[in-house]
Amino acid sequence: MSAILEIQNVSKIYGGVKALQNIQLLVPQGQWLAVMGPSGSGKTTLMNIIGCLDTPTSGRVIMDGLDLGSLSHSGLTAIRRESIGLIFQEFHLISYLTALENVMVAQYYHSLVDENEALEALAGVGLKERAKHLPRQLSGGEQQRVCIARALINHPKVILADEPTGNLDETNERLVMFILHRLHKQGSTIIMVTHAPDVAAHAERIIVLEHGRLASDRENNPVVSQPSEQKSADSRAEELNQNQKSEESFLAGTMAAV
Amino acid sequence: MITNRSFRLRLTFWSLSRRRSRLLVALTGVTAGATVLLGLLTLCYDLPRQLGREFRAYGANLVLVASGTGRLTVSDIQKAQALWPENKTVGVTPFRYESVRNRLRPYTAVGTDFEQVRKTSPFWHLTGKWPEEPGELLVGADIAENTDLKPDSFVTLDGRNKKQERYEKDFRIVGTLATGGPEDGFLFMTLSDLEQMTGETGEADLAEVSLTMDEAALSALTGIIKSSISGLEGRLVTKVTYSETAVLSKLTYLVYLVTLVVLALTMICVTTTMMTVVLERRKEIGLKKALGAESSRVGREFLAEGLLIGVLGGLLGSLGGLLFSRIITISVFGRALMPQFYLIPVTVLVMVLVTIVACRAPVKKAVAVDPALVLRGE
Repeated sequence: MSAILEIQNVSKIYGGVKALQNIQLLVPQGQWLAVMGPSGSGKTTLMNIIGCLDTPTSGRVIMDGLDLGSLSHSGLTAIRRESIGLIFQEFHLISYLTALENVMVAQYYHSLVDENEALEALAGVGLKERAKHLPRQLSGGEQQRVCIARALINHPKVILADEPTGNLDETNERLVMFILHRLHKQGSTIIMVTHAPDVAAHAERIIVLEHGRLASDRENNPVVSQPSEQKSADSRAEELNQNQKSEESFLAGTMAAV
Repeated sequence: MITNRSFRLRLTFWSLSRRRSRLLVALTGVTAGATVLLGLLTLCYDLPRQLGREFRAYGANLVLVASGTGRLTVSDIQKAQALWPENKTVGVTPFRYESVRNRLRPYTAVGTDFEQVRKTSPFWHLTGKWPEEPGELLVGADIAENTDLKPDSFVTLDGRNKKQERYEKDFRIVGTLATGGPEDGFLFMTLSDLEQMTGETGEADLAEVSLTMDEAALSALTGIIKSSISGLEGRLVTKVTYSETAVLSKLTYLVYLVTLVVLALTMICVTTTMMTVVLERRKEIGLKKALGAESSRVGREFLAEGLLIGVLGGLLGSLGGLLFSRIITISVFGRALMPQFYLIPVTVLVMVLVTIVACRAPVKKAVAVDPALVLRGE
């Protein structure tokens, strides 16, 4: 399988602090990669560099055959717009826009707004009925799903998820992981930063950073939906608030897909 | 169907309408600025007219006299009146002076139009009543004090006209006049009584004219009078026109100064508010840039919000300004002003410019926001 991302000897130094040191990484197309490590290990710095939000002090980053080091500020912005979907721990939805409008914002900066396509993206994460709600009217899980719909709306080559379940309860964590599983099955490349081993366990590959260095890089047998989990789908659905009917149906649909 | 253009407009609208508290703060600042701006501009425009009327209480500002040694004719005065707009006329009072005697004692008798006198010389202080019927006379305060010509007494005046023909007429004194000036030493009667007494009609020595015009306009008018009517000359009452011009120019300067201060304060208010908005929305700006928005695009979005606030505040403030200036003129001058509607687009334009200048620093700050902060969770 061809590499969507190639990181060659990348280092990043802030002042005298070496945030990343000689990182070598090859991410094949369609791989689900988990990046783990303690605080200050360089996870976020690596995500910023992959997400074209920062540039390395030395080394090369090649995305889909394009050397990011050769690009201008505006070129990096274009790559961010065209090729990367960002999922944040804190969701970062625009507070005065509805769920639908938050998804359309990504379309607006990418190319053309399309309300129907944005609605479909929300339907894909089980939130079609909540499209007209403002972020404050949505639960944390729903906000994260809007964030995912926004990340996917422009069909990015790489999905960068920064602690995607960090602010969610167990039920919503499972929902989000199901969505990521579905995306992975559909062929999306996912790079996910997490400090939680049980979340990282869903990935095919896990790398661990320590003090800016790659401490380990191993293949993982991903946790896919277990038969017991499938059995308990109904009981999990009951855990959801009765008002969150859409989530229930979505959960059932997602479970079936996974 | 929503297009990118309409979505951009909606983004600006939603950003303001769904964050009402911030919008209200900025809008209040701009509206207050526009209100004061339009109010003061209107006052600047109307101040000469309003104060001009107030100054007219100090007497006429133009005197019509014969350019030679002769007298004016009443028809010359009427011709001159056609040379200035009627709505600028407060009053035109003819005066004719004659030497008369009473029991061999000499006096100066003045024939005039008392209805016009009340307009051109409102400072005349009268005890008794104005002469209304034929044969009624006013005496100056000095004469009343030093002679036996008192109110309600009868007096016979006599003299000789240009043809040296003797005349004589009886009058009843109906009031005493005090001005603190030379008028206190004169006898006043209607012009028609004086004409009837002397047998000479259609003449006057001078006419006092009170016009709501500034010094420059009056100077121009004197030139027009001289070139239009031969034998007639207009002279400025400089002690009035000079004081009027000096006071008006100082007041106008003061109003412009206050206007500038208000504009500066408005700019500070908008800058502070927009700066706060940028700080509050750093994550949103970072997010937009992380989603691929160019810095210039983010800057334009903030500028669009600023412009909308400028236009809205300008329009609301213009209405407030009209009301504000009306209240001021009614309470200070006792008269409503003439609303100058062309000042509304001027005010909106000024407020938009003020907002653009005020938004420069916040927009610069907005485009400098690092998109990586959204990943850092700052």
